[in-house]
Amino acid sequence: MPFIPHTEDEIRDMLSVIGADSIDQLFDEIPAHLRAQSIDGVPDGMNEMEVSRLMNARAKQDGQPICFMGAGAYEHHIPAAVWQITTRGEYYTAYTPYQAEASQGTLQLIYEFQSMMTALTAMDVSNASLYDGASALSEAVLMAVRGNRKSKSRRILLPTNVNPVYGSASRSIVQHQNIELVDVAIDETTGQTSMDALKAYEGEDITAVVISQPTFFGTLEQVDAITDWAHANGAMVIAVVNPMSLALLKPPGEWGEKGADIACGDGQPLGAPMSSGGPYYGFMCCQKAHVRQMPGRIVGRTVDQDGKEGFVLTLQAREQHIRRSKATSNICTNQGLVVTASTIYMSLLGPSGLEKVAAACHQNTNKLIAKLSAIDGVDVLFDGAVFHEVVLKLNKPVAEVLAKLADKNILGGYDLSKDYPQLGNALLVCVTEMRTDEEIDDYAAELKKILSANER
Amino acid sequence: MLIFEHTSPGRKNIAQSPVVESEINDIPAELRRKTSAPLPELSELQVVRHYTSLSQKNFSIDTHFYPLGSCTMKYNPRACNSLAMLPGFLSRHPLAPEKFSQGFMSCMYELQEMLCEVTGMSGFSLTPMAGAQGEFAGVAMMRAYHDANNDTERKEILVPDAAHGTNPATATMCGYTVKEIPTLANGDVDIDALKQSVGPQTAGLMLTNPSTLGVFERNIEEIARTIHEAGGLLYYDGANLNAILGKIRPGDMGFDVIHSNLHKTFSTPHGGGGPGSGAIGVSKRLKPFMPLPVVAKENDNYRWLTEDDCPQSIGRLSAFMGNAGVLLRAYVYMRLLGKEGMQRVGEFATLNANYMMAQLKNKGFEIAIPDRRASHEFIVTLKKQAKELNVTAMDFAKRLLDLGYHAPTTYFPLLIPECLLIEPTETESREALDGFIDALLQIQSESENDSAFVKGAPYTMPVKRLDEVRAAKQLDLSWVNQSS
Repeated sequence: MPFIPHTEDEIRDMLSVIGADSIDQLFDEIPAHLRAQSIDGVPDGMNEMEVSRLMNARAKQDGQPICFMGAGAYEHHIPAAVWQITTRGEYYTAYTPYQAEASQGTLQLIYEFQSMMTALTAMDVSNASLYDGASALSEAVLMAVRGNRKSKSRRILLPTNVNPVYGSASRSIVQHQNIELVDVAIDETTGQTSMDALKAYEGEDITAVVISQPTFFGTLEQVDAITDWAHANGAMVIAVVNPMSLALLKPPGEWGEKGADIACGDGQPLGAPMSSGGPYYGFMCCQKAHVRQMPGRIVGRTVDQDGKEGFVLTLQAREQHIRRSKATSNICTNQGLVVTASTIYMSLLGPSGLEKVAAACHQNTNKLIAKLSAIDGVDVLFDGAVFHEVVLKLNKPVAEVLAKLADKNILGGYDLSKDYPQLGNALLVCVTEMRTDEEIDDYAAELKKILSANER
Repeated sequence: MLIFEHTSPGRKNIAQSPVVESEINDIPAELRRKTSAPLPELSELQVVRHYTSLSQKNFSIDTHFYPLGSCTMKYNPRACNSLAMLPGFLSRHPLAPEKFSQGFMSCMYELQEMLCEVTGMSGFSLTPMAGAQGEFAGVAMMRAYHDANNDTERKEILVPDAAHGTNPATATMCGYTVKEIPTLANGDVDIDALKQSVGPQTAGLMLTNPSTLGVFERNIEEIARTIHEAGGLLYYDGANLNAILGKIRPGDMGFDVIHSNLHKTFSTPHGGGGPGSGAIGVSKRLKPFMPLPVVAKENDNYRWLTEDDCPQSIGRLSAFMGNAGVLLRAYVYMRLLGKEGMQRVGEFATLNANYMMAQLKNKGFEIAIPDRRASHEFIVTLKKQAKELNVTAMDFAKRLLDLGYHAPTTYFPLLIPECLLIEPTETESREALDGFIDALLQIQSESENDSAFVKGAPYTMPVKRLDEVRAAKQLDLSWVNQSS
C-alpha cells in the first residue's frame, strides 16, 4: 500500500505483542453494525506516474491566459529561490513550533517576518499571520470591538470601495456577535470614500472606520483626512492595504496625526502565486497598545538558560488552547508556509527591489490607461492617480467584452457590474510588472476591435 | 544572527529588479512614502544561505519521527507538492472564468465527491482554510438551520471537557454559550451527565470521535439519539479521522456536520503551522447552508455555485475559495491511495498505536486508559515519575529532542496529569516505533539515576530551554522597532 512500510512478518509480530489475532480485531470496540461501510465511490489508487499524467493534463487544460485581472489576487514575478527554499522538508513538514528548542528555524523566520511587516507598515507589532485578507479584516473588526473600550455601539463604518468580498466574508464571520458593518458611500467622481457621507456620522458612537489603500478600484484614498476624522470622533482606524503598494505609498503607521490603529491585508503579492485563490495569508499589524487584543500566533525574542538569544511563541494567554471559550479568536494556526515564502521574497527584493516592482506595476498601468483611453467607447471612470488597477467604463456590456478577449487568450479584468450595478459597464483592469509592452499593445488592439465592431 | 544584521546599506539584488523607465510623478506627495522601508539589503546568495541554515534548526517529518498526538504528522508525499505546483495551477487567477478553469474545477469536484464517500456525508464545501474555520462554518450552519426553523431559543452548545480548545472558542464566536460535559475514567462521555444537560436550549453537541483521549466513543449511537431527540444537531470534529478512515464513517454514526483537517488525514503539509484546510461535510438537511463556493457538475461542465443557487448559504469565509493549493495536494494524495489505500490508513495507524501502547505498558510505563483499545493515538501519564523522581512530562519531552525525536503532545488533554499524547501514524516503520520506545526507556533510566540531568535537557539543540516569562513580560516582537 502506498506509504505504509509494514511487511507481513512485522504485522504478525506486532499483533502478537498486542495480543490480537488480526488488525480488524483492533476495531472491536466499534459497534459491529456501524463498521465496514463501503467506500466504493472512491476510485482505485494510481501510481505516481499515472497521477502525474492526470494532473499534467488538467493543469494544461486551463490554459495560461495573459492576465490583466487583479481584484485581490495579483500576478507578480516570484524569484526561483523563494519556493525552492520554502518547500525544503524542514519548513514544509514541520508543525506549529510548540517545542521551541527544536523549531528555532521557523520561530526566527516568523520573528523576521513580523519585523519586515512592521518595517513595511510602520506599525509597532505584527502577528505571525491569519488565513487571508478577508479573514484578516474580519479579525480586525473583532479586535477593534475588543480594543475600543470607549465605544459601546459595535458599529464599524465600511466604505463600499473596500473589496466587496472582504465585506461579505467579514459579515459571515462577525454576524453572530451583534456587530454591525455599515456601508459608507463613495464619491462618484473620485472613487474615494465620500467625506460628506462620513460626516453624517459625526457625533455618533462609531467603533472603527475601515480605510482601503489603494481602494478596490485602484484609486487612492485621502488617508490622512479620514484617519484624523475617525480619531476625532472616537473611532479606531482599520487600514486594509496592499503590502506591495507600501513600497511607494505612505504606510498606515504614518496616516494622519496618530497613524492607523490596525493594519491588515492579504500578503499574496509578496511571493505567493495566484494559485486559484490560495494558500495566501492575511497579515495583521497594530499599535503596541492593542497587542494583547491581537488574534493569532505571535513570536517573541528572548534568551535561553545560558543567556543566548532564542525565539518562542508568546502572549499565548490570549489563545484558544488556554482561554477556551474566552479566547480572542478560535484561530489555531497561521499560514506558516506562505509566510516563509513571503519572508524570503522580501529579503531577496530588499527595499529597492520592492520599490522597483511597485513602480513598474504603476508605470505599466499608466501605459495601459494611456492606450485604452484613446479608444472610442472607453472612459476612465474615476479621476486621480491609481496604484496598479483602474476602472474603465465601456460602451458595451463587460461580460460580452471579456468573453471575446478570452477567445484571444486574454484575461481582460474583473466585471464590476454584479457588485456595483450603479457603475454601469464598469471593468476593473490590473497591470503588474509581469506584462510586457507588447502584451499591453495587444490588449489595447483587441479591445479596440471588439468595441468598434458593429453587431447590433 | 537575524537577517537584518547581515544587511549592507545600498546592497542590491539586481536580478530581481524590473526596469523602471521614469520617476513617478502622478501620485500626490502626501500619499507617498517618505523613506524606504527598513527591509534587509542582501545578495541573493546571502539570503539563500541564511534561510537554508535557519531551516536546519527545525525538526520536521522529513528529518525526524514526529509523534505529535492529535496532529497526524504522517509522511507528506512529495508528488502531492510537485503536482499541485504545476505552472497551470499556480498561474490560474482565482476569478478566471470557468472556460479557463475546468481542469482545476474537476479536481475540486472530485475531491468533494471523494470526501463525501469516505465520511458518509451528502455534501462538502472545501472553502474553510483551517480546522478552526471549518468548526466555525459548521457551528454557523447549525445556527442557520435552527434559525431557518424559527427555533431561536437554542442558545447552548455542549462540548465534552476533553475537547480541543477551538471547540468552545468557536461556539462563542457563533454567539452560543458553552456547557462542558464530563468524561468518565474509561474515556467515554458521561451519558448521564449529558442527558441531564440536554434540553430545548441545546443547539448541538461538538464531539471528537475517537476522542482526544485516544479511545473510540462506544456510546456514540446513544449520544446521537439523545441529541437528536432533543432537537439538537451533532457536530463531528475531524481531528482524529485518521484513526477510522475507511473503517467507519461519521455520517453513519449520525453526525450532521463534520470538518476534516485535510492537513492531518489527507496528508497536506503542516508548513510550520499552516496553511491547513478544514473542509466541511454536511448531512442532507444542512446542505442548503453550506459556505460558498462549491463546485457543481452539469453535463460534463463544472461551474461554481453562487448565492443565487444557494440563498440560505452561510456565505463566504475567504476572498476566493480557501486554500486551493492545499486542496490540490489532498486530491493528489487521495488519488494515489485510492479506495484500498484509504482503508489501510485507519488500520495501520491503529496497529502502530496499539503496538507502541502494548510495548510501553510491558516496559512499565503507565497508560492513562489501560483497558481500552488505542485508537490512532494513546496517552502515557508520567505522574509517578513526576511525584517520585521530580521528572515531568515536559522534561521527558525536552530530553527526547536530544535523542532525535520530536516530543509527543504534552499536557493535552487537560484531564490527564503529566501526559504524553502519542500518535505514530501509519507511515512509520516498526524500527522507528522501537527506536522511540528505546528513547523513552533511556530517559526513564536517566531519570532514576540523575534526574537533574534530564531536567537540564535539551543539550544538543540550537538553544537550551527558553525564558518564556521574559518573552511575555519584556515584549520584543520586531527587530525594526527595537533598533529604532
